[in-house]
Parts: sequence; structure tokens; C-alpha cells
Amino acid sequence: MGINPELVGRVFPANQSYQVGREKIREFAQAIKATSPAHFDVQAAKELGYSDVVAPPTFAIIVAQRADAQLIADPASGIDFSRVVHADQRFTHHRPIVAGDELVAELHVDQVREMGAGAMITTRAEIATVDGEKVATAISSLLVRAED
Amino acid sequence: MIDFETLEKGTVIGSHTVQVNRADLVRYAGASGDFNPIHWNERFAKEVELPSVIAHGMFTMGSVIDLVSTWVGNPGAVIDYQTRFTKPVVVEDPEGSNPSEAEGTSIFVEGKVGALDSEKRTARIDLAVTANDSKVLLKCQAVVQL
Repeated sequence: MGINPELVGRVFPANQSYQVGREKIREFAQAIKATSPAHFDVQAAKELGYSDVVAPPTFAIIVAQRADAQLIADPASGIDFSRVVHADQRFTHHRPIVAGDELVAELHVDQVREMGAGAMITTRAEIATVDGEKVATAISSLLVRAED
Repeated sequence: MIDFETLEKGTVIGSHTVQVNRADLVRYAGASGDFNPIHWNERFAKEVELPSVIAHGMFTMGSVIDLVSTWVGNPGAVIDYQTRFTKPVVVEDPEGSNPSEAEGTSIFVEGKVGALDSEKRTARIDLAVTANDSKVLLKCQAVVQL
């Protein structure tokens, strides 16, 4: 059998922090073909009241997927990464991510549901600054397809 | 700036087409750190029963929100953004094309005001996203603070 149902309720504490770089925001924004000047131009971001360039609304996936990787890598999870399909994604921003932020993510396993021969797992990454300021919540549902 | 008072449920905020080719997927893999080979290796994608290389769901989700960010004039105004990935966006590698210059797959997005909250002064923008003649994102909704 695949995914371990006893994962529900597990919490993976924040580990290594993620330093949000200005060039990383620009690189990510370019990769998703974003055009808002506030992603690229410090002055444009400052005119909107931010201290530095603003990350696109889906940038938090970088931090969330690093947190998910801890779960996937845990041998107790029973998750085969090559059979994982992204099913649902949600971001709630308590405030936008800007260059210079140092972020940590605490990962919660909220749900494991059998889906035919496979399973759906829902995780929630609570993203905050290293000083404890809440920044974003990223909820991901991953469908783990059954092996043939 | 968008004037909250002028918005009505059903108002179309705009539409946009995003082109995605194989080179774009390699770029997104590098920028995001998601190196799953189904997004860049056709042999592997087919071995796991996909029709071909598919775009990262997060590429599609990430690329279509720009319509909202530019409409509101502030990407930081998007306070909530969610979607369900219904169908993979297949990105072919046409014979004789340069992968960096190939036209690739067209992702079409149209945004409409789905709901308004006058107390919080937020608007929910519903995005209809299609590629290869199929809906690829479902319940794709962004809440913007106005």
C-alpha cells in the first residue's frame, strides 16, 4: 500500500530559512512571464509602499515545496515523488513577500484521503519570517497515483 | 487605480494569451526549483503515461495571475489565490523547430469580477483558463484588496 494514513496531524517544524533575493524574484517573475514593474524595479515597488521588489503571488510555492520535500523524503510517508500530481493549490497572503525577507515554513499534514487505488494528501505550509511575523499560508493537495 | 465603487459582478477585467514552449518550462524549472522530469523529458513523461511533456501546474497558475496584478496595478494586492488543476497543459516539440523560439502552446485567460465585499473592499476575480481547447484550471480565483 502507498501513503501512510497516520501522517494526518503531523507537523514538520521549520528548518533552514529561505532568504528572498531580489534577483530570485526577478528570475521567478520572468519565468512566469509576469510584467508588473513592481517585480523588477525597486523604484516602482517603493512607489507602491514596499521596501524592495515584490514577489509574484505564487512565489511562496518555492518555500512551500521545500517544506513538502521534507515530508516526501520521510520514508514513513510512503510517497513516491514520481507518481505525484499537483491537484489543488491555494495561497493566502497576510502580506506580500518582498526581497530581503528571511522566511521559514512549518508544514502541517491536514488530510489524507484514499482515492481509488491512490491517495490525496493535503499539506499546509505556514510561512513566517524568522522573527515570527506571519507572511503566507500555502495549501497544497497532491494526488499520489497508484502503481500499476 | 481601480475604483471599487465602479465594479460590478460579471465585469470582465481583461484577457490575455500566454505562450509556453519547452524552453519556458526549463526556465520555470530552474526559477522554481521544481525539476520533475515530466516537465522537460518527453521519454520520461510518456513512460509515466502522460501524452508528452506537460507544463508545471504552477507555471500555468503563476502566468495567468499577471492579468490581475497588472489590472489592479499592484501584485501585492492579491491577498488570496487558489486553483484546481484539472487537465495537464501539453507542450509539444514540433519537428524542425528551435525549442527556444517555437510558438508552443497557447494558454488563454479571461478574468471576471466574481464577487465583491464592500465591507472589506475586496473583489474576487474568477479566471477562466483554457489551453489545447480544454479548461486547464478550475475554480481559479484571486481575491484582491482594493
